[in-house]
Amino acid sequence: MQWGSLTEFFAMGGYGLYVWTSFGATALCLVGEVLAVWRRHAAALAQTRAVASGGD
Amino acid sequence: MNWFKYSSPQAFYPLAGKLIPWFAAAALGLMGVGLYLGFFVAPTDFQQGESYRIIFVHVPAAWMSMFLYVLMALWAGLGLGLHARASFMMTQAIAPTGALFTFLALLTGAMWGKPTWGAWWVWDARLTSELILLFQYIGLILLRASIDDVRRADRASAVFALVGVVNVPIIYFSVKWWNTLHQGASVSMTASPKMATTMVTAMLVMTLGFWMYSIAVTLARMRCVIVERARQPSWGTQAPAQDVAEVRECSGGV
Repeated sequence: MQWGSLTEFFAMGGYGLYVWTSFGATALCLVGEVLAVWRRHAAALAQTRAVASGGD
Repeated sequence: MNWFKYSSPQAFYPLAGKLIPWFAAAALGLMGVGLYLGFFVAPTDFQQGESYRIIFVHVPAAWMSMFLYVLMALWAGLGLGLHARASFMMTQAIAPTGALFTFLALLTGAMWGKPTWGAWWVWDARLTSELILLFQYIGLILLRASIDDVRRADRASAVFALVGVVNVPIIYFSVKWWNTLHQGASVSMTASPKMATTMVTAMLVMTLGFWMYSIAVTLARMRCVIVERARQPSWGTQAPAQDVAEVRECSGGV
């Protein structure tokens, strides 16, 4: 392991901004997609239920 | 086991529901190991310093953007050839995830380009063809959204996906065919990797993690599409109420 301290780890040899933006954006996108699919599924089921009970 | 049984949406729905947690767990585990290897085991690059660590998310995302496109086109072709409803649904379910990975490949590429080349973006063959791939994914999603008739939307987007597959080899070979600023392949089938073994391992583990993630999220989106399409008249001749009952049964009474 090449990190002497936590500060050094976050600094990434001066490239912290680029490295952490890359990994942060990726994490955000993946979590966001999971949440979006989750909500889409819930909404689809709710709408199907509404149509069924509304006698459409 | 009769695999054809699962090509029907009614049978696929509960199966997908059972598989999702396993793929999600595999994705989390592999990404955890991949990040550990990438940040704590892989050494510092002697040329690029620590900035090269972006590779552990950039290359897997770029690979996924191409893999998913080819996979999507294969399902599209299968759908056109066999008139298979489920195949078109797979095409529909894969597209947003493919678009997401393409966006991430471009974004992380910019994050790597700035410290390495001094530019966020250059109109180089690799970057430009990958940007076109993003437009293809977005075009595919918009094309589907713009056609009300589900069967027409299925066929139109399948043709669009198939035609666009020509861009994938262009992206892949762009660093060979043209003089580009983008570095050549770090890993290839024919030559030994130009990187330390731990770097390659971390990259491959992250790629596997992204694969598992893609499978989990695509299956989950398939389930959304199945429920959404159950309301469409083109679903079949069953009464809507019966579909609802089935969907309810499939989803375990959610």
